[in-house]
Amino acid sequence: MTGQTIVLADTPFPPTVEDFYPPSIAPWGEQSYWFTKITLLVWLSVAILIIYFLVSYRKPQLVPTKKQWLAESIYGFVRNNIAVDMIGREGVRFAPYLASLFCFIFVMNLWGIIPFFQISPNSHIAFPIVLALISWVLFIYLGFKKHGAGYLKFALVPPAPWFILPILVPIEFFSNFIVRPFSLAVRLFANMFAGHMLLLVFTLGGFAMINSNVLLAPISILSWAMTIALTFLDFAVIALQAYVFTVLTASYIQGSLAEGH
Amino acid sequence: MNVAEVVGSTAAIGYGLAAIGPGIGVGLVFAAYIQSTARQPEAARITQPFMWIGFAVVEVLALLGIAFGFIWQGTIP
Repeated sequence: MTGQTIVLADTPFPPTVEDFYPPSIAPWGEQSYWFTKITLLVWLSVAILIIYFLVSYRKPQLVPTKKQWLAESIYGFVRNNIAVDMIGREGVRFAPYLASLFCFIFVMNLWGIIPFFQISPNSHIAFPIVLALISWVLFIYLGFKKHGAGYLKFALVPPAPWFILPILVPIEFFSNFIVRPFSLAVRLFANMFAGHMLLLVFTLGGFAMINSNVLLAPISILSWAMTIALTFLDFAVIALQAYVFTVLTASYIQGSLAEGH
Repeated sequence: MNVAEVVGSTAAIGYGLAAIGPGIGVGLVFAAYIQSTARQPEAARITQPFMWIGFAVVEVLALLGIAFGFIWQGTIP
């Protein structure tokens, strides 16, 4: 779609970061990056989610239809297995946020393996950063709301002998307020980035081999078969990353809401 | 005389080295989970989220390696 590496015959082999910047598809000139495939996919993900959940809940029935069953089981999974399991009874009020987070990340990631789209918007770090920042602000806000100014003491000062505190407090600050959002964003981004890169290496590698020597054709076919296998692996990674992001957000929320040590 | 020559980015070598630790770590996480479920099958549901959290925390080290490998691609001239 939209002309990205369609002519594979003379593709340079090692795929580079440039392959993550598909050409502009909007009528605003070649060099404008206002509307690319990435933009399109983000809008599509949002539209799909909103329309799907609206349609499947339009006429809720006691005996659910197939659509309603799927929507209900996605929400029920996040609510029961993530929100309530991680946060406890209080977690129900975060279930809507966690469910939207889960669905959004899942759909965004899924573009990485859907034929003809095959790039996830999450392989640009901007989108994971925004998602991680929302979670970061949320758990800090909840902490201050629950503990007041005492949240700083709660989050930064672990119960330890006083002489070790000068070392522990900076470590706690670094791990709670800096590493958490950073690792949330980088984990999602790097998984999608690496997944796309792997698929590119095996697809383009097949072409590179078959172009350099016809005798290498069997290995090219093996390489393309690997691409298919890796697509299935990528699906597992996609679902897992959506789950992990949501579980970690829930666990940070739980940390902010917990009673004192 | 050059007996052996290496050209290109050293990031690939660095990433290979950087992946050792997370590889062992992820192995330990899943080994511990399998062992605990084998000993106590009823606990499988309870410990599962913690397994994924542990997995994610360890895995991010390998993924940082991927990201930083692209940022700092030292090349051998």
